[in-house]
Amino acid sequence: MSLHIEPLAVNQANNQANEPSSLLVQFDAAKPLKLDSGALLSPFQIAYQTYGTLNSDKTNAVLVCHALTGDQHVANQNPVTGKSGWWDSIIGQGRVIDTDKYFVICSNVLGGCMGTTGPASINPATNQPYGTDFPVVTIPDMVRAQAMLIDYLGIDTLFCAIGGSMGGMQVLEWAASYPTRVFSAIPMATAAKHSAQNIAFHEVGRQAVMADPDWCSGRYLDCGKRPEKGLSVARMAAHITYLSEPALQRKFGRKFQDRTAPTFSFDADFQVESYLRYQGASFVERFDANSYLYVTRAMDYFDIAADHGGVLSKAFLKTKTRFCVVSFSSDWLFPTSDSRALVHALNAGGASVSFVELLSDKGHDAFLLDEPSLVATVNGFVQAAAKTRGL
Amino acid sequence: MPNSLGNDFSRIDLKLIADMIEPNARVLDVGCGNGDLLKLLADRHSIDARGIELSRDGVAEAVSKGFAVVQGDADTDLENYPDNAFDYVILSQTIQATRNPKLVLEHMLRIGQHAIVSFPNFGHWRIRLQLMFKGHMPVTDTLSYAWWNTPNIHFCTIRDFVGLVDEIGAVQQSAQALDANGRLIRFNMPWWFWNLFGEQAVFVLKRGK
Repeated sequence: MSLHIEPLAVNQANNQANEPSSLLVQFDAAKPLKLDSGALLSPFQIAYQTYGTLNSDKTNAVLVCHALTGDQHVANQNPVTGKSGWWDSIIGQGRVIDTDKYFVICSNVLGGCMGTTGPASINPATNQPYGTDFPVVTIPDMVRAQAMLIDYLGIDTLFCAIGGSMGGMQVLEWAASYPTRVFSAIPMATAAKHSAQNIAFHEVGRQAVMADPDWCSGRYLDCGKRPEKGLSVARMAAHITYLSEPALQRKFGRKFQDRTAPTFSFDADFQVESYLRYQGASFVERFDANSYLYVTRAMDYFDIAADHGGVLSKAFLKTKTRFCVVSFSSDWLFPTSDSRALVHALNAGGASVSFVELLSDKGHDAFLLDEPSLVATVNGFVQAAAKTRGL
Repeated sequence: MPNSLGNDFSRIDLKLIADMIEPNARVLDVGCGNGDLLKLLADRHSIDARGIELSRDGVAEAVSKGFAVVQGDADTDLENYPDNAFDYVILSQTIQATRNPKLVLEHMLRIGQHAIVSFPNFGHWRIRLQLMFKGHMPVTDTLSYAWWNTPNIHFCTIRDFVGLVDEIGAVQQSAQALDANGRLIRFNMPWWFWNLFGEQAVFVLKRGK
């Protein structure tokens, strides 16, 4: 496999871990973060973006939670890739989450590599990157860190927490851990626990990273290396799970890449191979391999019911938060049955719930795409919630 | 969007049902379609109205209108709701499309203080005449499906429904019948008259002792 890594982009990605092009809040020794593992993380920092203006009552804040490989640049040009914001179909001026009306916050997750403390950050104890000395973090740890940011911003109650996939997990954790601080919640393409199949896919990805000799037992940043091949393979495997068989068939079929016949070699004869190689190669330019290990691990450990005596509805008992649960018909990574189980638990807890499975052949990634039915659903829910909230 | 009766009947029963519900009530509309009744209820003060609907398009439309509607099936999803979660559980023009009407009704009376059920009366004289003289399964303005494509698998007459109410030991709080023009049939008319001239019926039930 040939990888064309622009050194500039890689340096830029490395720099983002410690000196992000974002707003930054630092929590010193007086405010350590107690992690689920028992470890204390201190000092640590959170990199975040905001859009719009917080109103005087501080009632119009919307927290956007990003997915596994996302970041805080939800509605602005990404400083590493130069691409537009990853969810600017939903968030921005005149969008469903209108930044003229709402104060939108999006922070890089704990363990990430875009400025919030993670394995690529400098460990103050050693002056070297943490690498695998970074403590394992969980989704509840990420949410506790976010809550410290929300406190720092002087916001008591979020008008809305919204996110898909791992972002949806954070939304659910917010609603379960801080029921009085979330007026409305939109978890989409997500689940209240990570399935065995999903843990299995993550394990394949992690093993690919760790099998790369350039991973150097996690200390690659110290020796100026990067496990590009391993991380790229991890991304290629994962990317398949974000799509669907019909979408792959429609987009690529068995079409050849820049040739009319097979080459009888292991070149990328097929378009789908070339596409995956590109996905892998562009991913390693912007993402830290150790972050990939930590954040996938956090998803694996996620199981809200387990934190509430094994009964999911107990996590949401008598909650006042109104929920809008969205799934996509062709999503086999977080299938509709996961959302339905969540909805049953919310109903059993007496929550106000909207739930719709949207028709799409685009697989798990549908939540990131500009799907008119998704826009209409989120719009109706947000408008009704805003009316009740007096916004 | 057509309801399970497959027509754009003006749904006078919905207005009738909405009038029965007092302010501040908690309401679950089972088979809420695209949210017509939820809209009527939302226009009234402080009614916490939620819905369940089987059709994906119906749910998407109701949610995009801002209603708390979940995609689900009356036959399988009511069991997830806790006891006494609602003041009223409503099943409008849907009971004939459920697989197990008895179980659905029992769940409604478990999760709600009251159950309100409206349904088309299969004992209406037009239907009886079609079957008797034409020898075909009846197709009328309000029941517009042919036998082979109808979602309505458990038709009943008003008398049959009263029989089910007795069977599950529920208490009938009120009953109303509407004639073919959507007018209420006078309360003092006997049951056989309702069963013959009522095109649809609206029952309010509560749990028996």
